[in-house]
Amino acid sequence: MKTLGAIAVIITGALLLYASEDFPAWGDPHSPASQYRVSQHYILKTFEETSVPNMVTAILADYRGYDTLFETVVIFTAGIAIIAILRGPIDKRVRLRLASEKKLRESNLILAQTCRLLVPIIQLFALYVIAHGHHSPGGGFQGGVIFGGSLILLAISFQLQTALDRVSEKKAILLAGVGVLIYSGIGLVCLLLGGNFLDYSILHNLLQVDPITARSHGILGVEIGVAFTVASIMFAIYANLSSRGRMKGGL
Amino acid sequence: MIWQFDIIILGFLLIAAILALRETDLLSATMIFGVYSFLMCLLWAEMAAVDVAFTEAAVGAGASTVFLISTIYNTKRKSSD
Amino acid sequence: MTITEFVVSRLNYWIYVILMMIGLFAMISKKNLIKKLIGMSIFQTAIILFYVSMGVKEESNIPILEHNIAHASDHAEASDHGQVEEIRAENYANPLPHVLMLTAIVVGVATLGVGLAVVQKIHQEFGTIEEPEILAKIKSGHG
Repeated sequence: MKTLGAIAVIITGALLLYASEDFPAWGDPHSPASQYRVSQHYILKTFEETSVPNMVTAILADYRGYDTLFETVVIFTAGIAIIAILRGPIDKRVRLRLASEKKLRESNLILAQTCRLLVPIIQLFALYVIAHGHHSPGGGFQGGVIFGGSLILLAISFQLQTALDRVSEKKAILLAGVGVLIYSGIGLVCLLLGGNFLDYSILHNLLQVDPITARSHGILGVEIGVAFTVASIMFAIYANLSSRGRMKGGL
Repeated sequence: MIWQFDIIILGFLLIAAILALRETDLLSATMIFGVYSFLMCLLWAEMAAVDVAFTEAAVGAGASTVFLISTIYNTKRKSSD
Repeated sequence: MTITEFVVSRLNYWIYVILMMIGLFAMISKKNLIKKLIGMSIFQTAIILFYVSMGVKEESNIPILEHNIAHASDHAEASDHGQVEEIRAENYANPLPHVLMLTAIVVGVATLGVGLAVVQKIHQEFGTIEEPEILAKIKSGHG
């Protein structure tokens, strides 16, 4: 198996190395990918059309809104899939082995108190990253992961139950669904007002601003939806993986 | 983009990738994989892809390491290869 | 083109291909399931690295407009010095590959989570995560 695998890998690698001769030089500003009109349009016109200085955020939530919507749905589905895999009847052998596991550990005083101070600061930073994605690196995905990370920190430094008392698994899945609903709901409102799906400029009557600022506000709403889904799914994945889907004990 | 910086990080990346796969203690392998993710984050920051670097710092070096550790805690720490 | 220039312009691509080969080889030949998943993540980051490197331009800045460039027209009216600094495409890295790969990273960690859940389920059923032992147990009709 090892030699066979090595042969397959070397053939694939040799083909790719041969093909790399035809690539444009690394960092060439005149490569076809950089010269194509779509990229040029994004760089030159993003601020004019959406009033968002961070092009990545604008493309993510506005120009390529469909893509991001379904990426969010993929994350939601992954969270559901993990619960479906791990939750199930446990047979007798496994139950005996689980019963012999060691008791819950005591949490360390210094560690626990430091994390207690740290968690609100991390959550505040996560909210800043979500809301400030228009002007600096950041946005729904990054802020969501950081927010989920603060809940994971709480679960590691105390016990899983401590974090689950704040956000139960049921609540986490519900919030993930709410995130997807916020995202598709904004798209649906655009549709109901007579525009295209996820065309935020039509929201300007509703928000009492000009159409360009309306796109900026639409992006913020969408990012909040993404953050809800990502944060709660990250925590749900951790809670399931660390406790084998039983929501007791754990890391 | 600074190509000297780029080549140094790429060298470290190769070392980290090979070490993560050669280590037989899975917990050490996971930690080296965290280092690999962080080097990748540095490389992307150097390539002017700041949003991607931020995501990799939060996701690769943070969340995926925690997921791997919690699985190792629930399974076995030693690997045969 | 001298040999140094050739190597500098190609070395990055060669290292991406080597990283991909390392990941693929680990997925095929490693016997431990968690090692296979680490190999999968290395494979994935190598591909993402290749995509992000397409957006690199020499002497370019990050794809976020500075305040004075973004609001150049307002300042020009106020100060009336005539020179408006306009946005030039070659001064900014290509943002499109960044967007495509940003979502791929987050989806990648979600799929890694699904893979790890399957590994835990296999450990519950067979008591091991080594491939040959699992295959032996399946052959002997156990589990």
